[in-house]
Amino acid sequence: MKVKVKLFAVAKQLAGSETVSVELPDDATVLVLRDAISDQHVQLRDVIQRAMIAIDTEYVRNDAAVPVDSEIALIPPVSGG
Amino acid sequence: MIKLTEKPIDTQEVLRQVSSTQAGAVVLFLGTTREFTDGRQTLSLNYECYANMAKKQLTELDAEAHERWPLVATAIVHRIGQLQLGEASVAIGVSSAHREDAFEAGKWLIDTLKEVVPIWKQENWADGTTEWVHPMIETTQIRPSPPKQPIDKAE
Repeated sequence: MKVKVKLFAVAKQLAGSETVSVELPDDATVLVLRDAISDQHVQLRDVIQRAMIAIDTEYVRNDAAVPVDSEIALIPPVSGG
Repeated sequence: MIKLTEKPIDTQEVLRQVSSTQAGAVVLFLGTTREFTDGRQTLSLNYECYANMAKKQLTELDAEAHERWPLVATAIVHRIGQLQLGEASVAIGVSSAHREDAFEAGKWLIDTLKEVVPIWKQENWADGTTEWVHPMIETTQIRPSPPKQPIDKAE
């Protein structure tokens, strides 16, 4: 399946766009998604190691599944406040 | 009250939201934009957020604060967009019957907000450079590729 990943802050700057498309196996976990982002978008390789992944606006662990049609976001370390 | 806003934060409104005759204490915390960070001078700051998720996270933090402390009312407002020096980027108002609870809950809310809520700060330095602030990442060591499209046209 092909998924879109939302990007913010330095990740958006590095990719030069607000989202990236990633090709994944249908039963992908978040860990597989992380590797796929690193492989398919090398400019995000450094930031993905420190970033969290959110699915449908909730932080998820590496062993969580990536459901079809979910809203996926790459969350670099936050700096609000 | 939970709010993300591009307009200057109305601190009197935040106080009004949490004021109550049940309260013996009202605490207002403001995070404001600082001119110097480790000797470097800031001209202005930009804040970006993942709006849906940030609102949801703030709502969850707010509910958790009410579970942990006996509070009368809470209000959290975060500014998004460009801020000038000295302006408030965040306001947290907490009221409670006794002051300890309001102080503790207010501190927990700002500390936890800074750890988990998807909001990011970009420094516009006086030397003309800009830099996203990401704790644990040395963004200056990441060499940005030229943007394929203007980043400002986001969302």
